[in-house]
Amino acid sequence: MSETMAPSFLVNDQLALFRSMLRIRLVEEAIATRYAEQEMRCPVHLSIGQEAVATGVCLALRPQDQIVSTHRSHAHYLAKGGDLNAMLAEIYGKETGCCGGRGGSMHLFDAAAGILASLPIVGSAIGIATGAALAFQQEGSDCVAVTFPGDASVEEGIFHESLNFAALMSLPVVYVIENNLYACFTGLEQRQPHRPLGDLALAHGLTAVTADGNDVEAIHAAAKDAIAKARDGGGPSVLVFNTYRWREHCGPNYDNNVGYRSEEEFQQWKARCPVESLQKKLMAEGQLSDQDLAAMTAEIEAEVTAAFQAAKAAPFPLAASAEERVYA
Amino acid sequence: MPNAERIISVAEALCEATKVAMERDSKIYVIGEGVTDPKAIFETTRGLLDAFGPKRVIEMPVAENGLTGIAIGSAMMGRKPLMVHQRVDFAMLSLEQLFNNAAKAYYASNGKHSVPLVVRMIIGRGWGQGPAHSQSLESLFASIPGLKVVMPTTAYEAKGQLIAALEDGNPIMFLEHRWVHYVTGHVPTGYYTVPLTSRRVRDGNDVTIVATSYMLFEAMMAADFLAEANISAEIIDLAVLRPLDMTPIMDSVRKTGRLVTADTGFRTLGMGAELVAEVACRDMSCLLAPPVRVGLPDHPTPSSRSLAIGYYRTAIDVFDAAVTTCGVAPQTVATIRERLATKRNALPSDVPTPAFKGPF
Ligand SMILES: Cc1ncc(C[n+]2csc(CCOP(=O)(O)OP(=O)(O)O)c2C)c(N)n1
Ligand SMILES: [Mg+2]
Repeated sequence: MSETMAPSFLVNDQLALFRSMLRIRLVEEAIATRYAEQEMRCPVHLSIGQEAVATGVCLALRPQDQIVSTHRSHAHYLAKGGDLNAMLAEIYGKETGCCGGRGGSMHLFDAAAGILASLPIVGSAIGIATGAALAFQQEGSDCVAVTFPGDASVEEGIFHESLNFAALMSLPVVYVIENNLYACFTGLEQRQPHRPLGDLALAHGLTAVTADGNDVEAIHAAAKDAIAKARDGGGPSVLVFNTYRWREHCGPNYDNNVGYRSEEEFQQWKARCPVESLQKKLMAEGQLSDQDLAAMTAEIEAEVTAAFQAAKAAPFPLAASAEERVYA
Repeated sequence: MPNAERIISVAEALCEATKVAMERDSKIYVIGEGVTDPKAIFETTRGLLDAFGPKRVIEMPVAENGLTGIAIGSAMMGRKPLMVHQRVDFAMLSLEQLFNNAAKAYYASNGKHSVPLVVRMIIGRGWGQGPAHSQSLESLFASIPGLKVVMPTTAYEAKGQLIAALEDGNPIMFLEHRWVHYVTGHVPTGYYTVPLTSRRVRDGNDVTIVATSYMLFEAMMAADFLAEANISAEIIDLAVLRPLDMTPIMDSVRKTGRLVTADTGFRTLGMGAELVAEVACRDMSCLLAPPVRVGLPDHPTPSSRSLAIGYYRTAIDVFDAAVTTCGVAPQTVATIRERLATKRNALPSDVPTPAFKGPF
């Protein structure tokens, strides 16, 4: 678990939310910048533009609560307190990576921080998170499990299979549908009928709360309610947050030129940047000064730079160890 | 064997194993379609609900992949699910979770998360089960590192292996042949385990027969008649298909110089193909003759018993395979084979026992 998750100068929720989003943004941009060096030799699905969902939800969780993420795992991992050094080392394929170089960017986990797994098969995480919730219920624990189905994963059977069972058993799980409007190059309206995503919950006797996926405070408030309900034995919830992925589905670049979406659409969403929106608000309210922001940025950048250096300097795992730890 | 003969069926032994294991370990729970229904998964889950209640014996929605994911997630959090499928064919819907998550969690987490999951799957046979209710797909599961694949045979073995599987800490695919359920034998009460390894069930010098699941019984019948033909067969019950321990097989083939494989799956790309390849690749010189694989032909299982009659392999096929690889002229053993055929063909072709009245 990262020690820099909640620095002492963070006096309130809003600043903590802001810092988490800023940190995700700076890590992701550093990955994007350095990707061309060809040393991070694994697919990367960046979360730039989507920082609010991960942050708003994960900052409402306790360390022992478990999240299960997807191929787009970086933001969830960081927001939940995953170790930055172990994350970058994993992307670099190093021994010090969270999976010892066995997983790559799509398999990030951190047992100490309550990040059970990240799973790159669309929909796969939904069952695992529901199972973690079943374990909590069986053990009489008041922990909660959370997963982040993308807008495409609700098309998979496992989404419905899991919601059906979670509702039946009243499991402590929160399904956070992170709708960024696309599955790779295919828009939502090409894949699903015109109906609110939240209506999917109705089929399983649940109601969904839908909020602006770029408004971290709204997300945080909705997540707190859903998590508290799950913790108190109130059963599962579905949250729907509409947001936008700024860069290409997989990789460091922008791809508004390739034809599946427009530059205008991107600019509209960029104007509603979740990090900048909260920054402006905090500054207007006098909670964040230019100096505060500069200090915060410098501190995060120093952390990120050090983590990249450590990842690059770390040894690769021995090739012969690839055959180890197949069975417990 | 300890106390006096206590004869029960494999189905009863599996049920008993589940009870014993659940009493010892409160983390174990059973989940499956039909585990609490009146048929109780062919008697193998009879009484579990009464004994342990609905929290530990969960009637599962018809949602195999989702619920397999849920079982795996709970296992990663320290629970010990025992999932049951009435047919292997139904578990096909859960391959995504089994292959991508159960088989890989330990590896991808570099040893941090394990998946103590046992999935019982039943291979159908007879009574017109047909193309999609009788597949013996053990080699499919056995092709995935990270999974273990176990196929019980006798009642004693089945009980001890299931308890061992529930204690193992790895994802175990436990494939039970529907007809093996009816096999009876001595089973001690209470707790014991049988190590998850293959075992030699008959000593011999002329040919090694490696058999899985129901084919073990066909091989044992064949061996009695081979003995009359002066062919001494050594039989290995390949109870564990993955991880595959070749040592006892190599030891045996080095002694006999000849290999016959007899498994319940397809001959093409089946378990026998892997065994023959491993033996040949490891030590070609130990083979005195080409091995013979006994397995299912390259077409789906037909439903009609008139069509299925030539589909399943029997003791006669195992006998012929051994005769061939031993280089014995068939006419010299023709009368012995005739008696074997008479005995084997007297058994019903599409039910496990004459008492079986269907339907599943
Ligand atoms: C079962 C499966 N099918 C296809 C893929 C290939 N794939 C990877 S990501 C993705 C799109 C996922 O879209 P969404 O769930 O909306 O998540 P996003 O990438 O937008 O974050 C696809 C189709 C996969 N990984 N798994
Ligand atoms: Mg999407």
